[in-house]
Amino acid sequence: MASNGIKDRVAIVGMGCTQFGEHWDKGPDDLLIDAAYQAYESAGIDRKDVDAYWLGTMGQLSGLTLSIPLKIPYKPVTHVENYCATGSEALRQACYAVASGAYDIAMAIGVEKLKDSGFSGLVVSDPPNDGTLGNMTAPASFSLLAPAYFKKYGLDPDKGKDVLSRIAWKNHRNGAKNPKAQFRKEVPLEQIKASPKVADPLGIMDCSGVSDGSAAAIVVRAEDAHKFTRDPIFIKALSFVAGPGEGPLAQDYDFTTFREVVASAEDAYHQAGVTDPRTQISMAEVHDCFTPTELVLYEDLGFSARGTAWKDVLDGFFDLEGSLPVNPDGGLKSFGHPIGASGLRMMYEMWLQLRGEAGPRQIKDPTLGLTHNLGGMPGRCVSFVSIVGR
Amino acid sequence: MPLMVGIVSYGSYVPFRRLKRAAIAQTLGIPAGKGERAVASFDEDSVSMAVEATRDTLRTAAGANIGALLFATTTPPYAEKLNAAIVGAAGRLPLEIRAADLTGSVRAGMSALLQAGDAARGGTTALVAMADCRLAAPEGKSEQSGGDGAAAFVVGSEGVIAEIEATASVTREYLDTWRMPGERFAHGWEERFALTQAQAPLLGKAIQNVLAHAEVAPSALTKVILDVPNPRAVDEVARAMKLEPAQLADPLALTVGQTGAAHAGLLLANVLSAAKPGDRVLVAVVADGADALLLRVTDAAAAYRQPRSVGRLIESKGDVAYASYLKWREILPTEPPRRPDPERPAGPPMFRSQTWKFGFVGSRCTACGTPQLPPQRVCVHCGARDETEPYPFADRRAKIATFTLDRLAFSLNPPTVNVVVDYDGGGRFLCEMTDCEPEKVAIGDEVEMTFRRMYTAGGVHNYFWKVRPKR
Repeated sequence: MASNGIKDRVAIVGMGCTQFGEHWDKGPDDLLIDAAYQAYESAGIDRKDVDAYWLGTMGQLSGLTLSIPLKIPYKPVTHVENYCATGSEALRQACYAVASGAYDIAMAIGVEKLKDSGFSGLVVSDPPNDGTLGNMTAPASFSLLAPAYFKKYGLDPDKGKDVLSRIAWKNHRNGAKNPKAQFRKEVPLEQIKASPKVADPLGIMDCSGVSDGSAAAIVVRAEDAHKFTRDPIFIKALSFVAGPGEGPLAQDYDFTTFREVVASAEDAYHQAGVTDPRTQISMAEVHDCFTPTELVLYEDLGFSARGTAWKDVLDGFFDLEGSLPVNPDGGLKSFGHPIGASGLRMMYEMWLQLRGEAGPRQIKDPTLGLTHNLGGMPGRCVSFVSIVGR
Repeated sequence: MPLMVGIVSYGSYVPFRRLKRAAIAQTLGIPAGKGERAVASFDEDSVSMAVEATRDTLRTAAGANIGALLFATTTPPYAEKLNAAIVGAAGRLPLEIRAADLTGSVRAGMSALLQAGDAARGGTTALVAMADCRLAAPEGKSEQSGGDGAAAFVVGSEGVIAEIEATASVTREYLDTWRMPGERFAHGWEERFALTQAQAPLLGKAIQNVLAHAEVAPSALTKVILDVPNPRAVDEVARAMKLEPAQLADPLALTVGQTGAAHAGLLLANVLSAAKPGDRVLVAVVADGADALLLRVTDAAAAYRQPRSVGRLIESKGDVAYASYLKWREILPTEPPRRPDPERPAGPPMFRSQTWKFGFVGSRCTACGTPQLPPQRVCVHCGARDETEPYPFADRRAKIATFTLDRLAFSLNPPTVNVVVDYDGGGRFLCEMTDCEPEKVAIGDEVEMTFRRMYTAGGVHNYFWKVRPKR
């Protein structure tokens, strides 16, 4: 695989993140301005200093979506989209741009304004088609993982539900320590388990929140990082995979894994020189759009051996105080999932944690952080993995 | 010697759902009728049911060279757009065929059969599909006595299992049942008028003529099918013909209900499944006149098998609550969900994917042999490009690999059951499952394909395929 990596060649020197939640009083312009200016300030730069922008959002088109509200003075602004991995896609492009030498200071910024639609749940419109695509909702498509995983690894439905609920419980407990999260209250396990069904076996508490928000990062070449901050964080790996969509076509896909995640994780570990993720990754932000997704991701990312992640969940291995904290900021589940912003929000937590600025969520002496961002559905998705460190 | 023509094969379709007449009565506070009626699911209509019956008849008409398609219904999904073309596409009929919709009266099913006989005499094998999804006002007689269903026949001159010996028709203008375009429920004049002035006399005349034409006495009839709205007319005609009770075919009143333009055909399919060589079957329907058809079962019928009989379909069933039936037929409007309305399917994409969308034909990679659906130009298994052949999936059995119950998606019958199914011989599909009990769905369940109306948007009916538990 000709993916050479840019390990230690790019640094993040400033970040911004709005609170995620129901921002009835803010439009996409407001959220973009808030996140962008937080990032400029964090890096100690002015709006005019940024040479190029990558804007990630599913709900709006064109780089004009950013350049107009910010009054960016005639700079390149690229609009990127890759379903729910859009935010990470923006970051990835900005990193390659500065690594190539084409630009010196780049911003990756993501935004989503989901609460203006009035719809329940996520809605994605298709281009004109022959009517055979189906109208499966997001929770339903990820719910397909659960019966398959439970059956393959011998979990009866009740035990399986316990495992899923424990994941949601962990993420809400973490979110309760996070002033920028959408949901900031711990939720009792029994309440999660008994929540009304949305896509059996998933209940409403197995699903991440529909949310508005924005997040941004300033990236420069590693050798320039010291000009902006004493504590930059460095990109060790960036990987991305778009799958061939075998899941709904080929019988040998069993809905207990994301092949795309396995491939992108393998590439990222190769780029970063990680040989044993379970012990070498200090913390991770993963794409917990729904609880069974996070369960499967633990195995696909190599944190748990195949068929054993459910045991690690019940043991608290991924809790904040556990051996490998996953979603210390509350994850999509309690931080919320404004699509274009999520990948960058994940990086924001890695930024805070590596700089010792995570407050009550602070993990002790983290070395390597991993972010994982996914878009699409099981068997037909895109997957992004980054590894960052000091 | 005129060409011997007749029925070459037959098929039928009775929807899965049953509405008990007692359930109607309980909600409305009216006297309870006996038995139950068949109810088309929220995702069915006369076209989708006609397709099911058509697939059935084609399965037992191997090698028939269909040259004409006649679709009969009083409830066409389109008032202007050839509904028969949709049936033809799903039945994978050839391009060069004559086709027509026959509508406007429950007589249309028999009309189609008679015209098919004429076509066959001229050398054209015809496929007749008849179906109805009749809408009736709550509390009325038709709501109780009606039913939804379909039947289909191949009519030709080779491999005939029931020869058309004679036909007779009368056509008379009178006001009995009427409905204008845009009206949902039919009106009816007081029953005694049509019963005494039209139904009994016109039926009697058509039957008298057909028997005289064939020189057959009523006593020589093995089964007599009388499709008449009023049972009293049946009694009168049967008395006049001096028929024994055993000669009268089961009208399926207690198990299915009167299925409009499909009914005479459905009763005929039921009779044929038990008929023996030499039997004589009389079929007659009365509506704005009367049509009578005399059939003689041939020796070839002894070797004919239609495994999916009307009886088997009647026994494969599940209840529907009266309130659900009212919602499905949109008689009871409900609060819309907070989800966007679906988009209408687009003309050019449907045109390009016709054999897939309507015919459920996928592809098989000729380089590595892997079947796949939807059809793929680049093989999912070996990556070969444009090395494919068509591979039909509609008649293949499959098993559930995983599933979910979607309670967020809009449905007239929530929750939507989504399944991933793996086909015997290869191929996998992610789709909806219908006609099932959601709580009982399990990995490993056996399913079969069924043609349904997914939704209607922008005035366009979106047809496609779902799976259902094996019937």
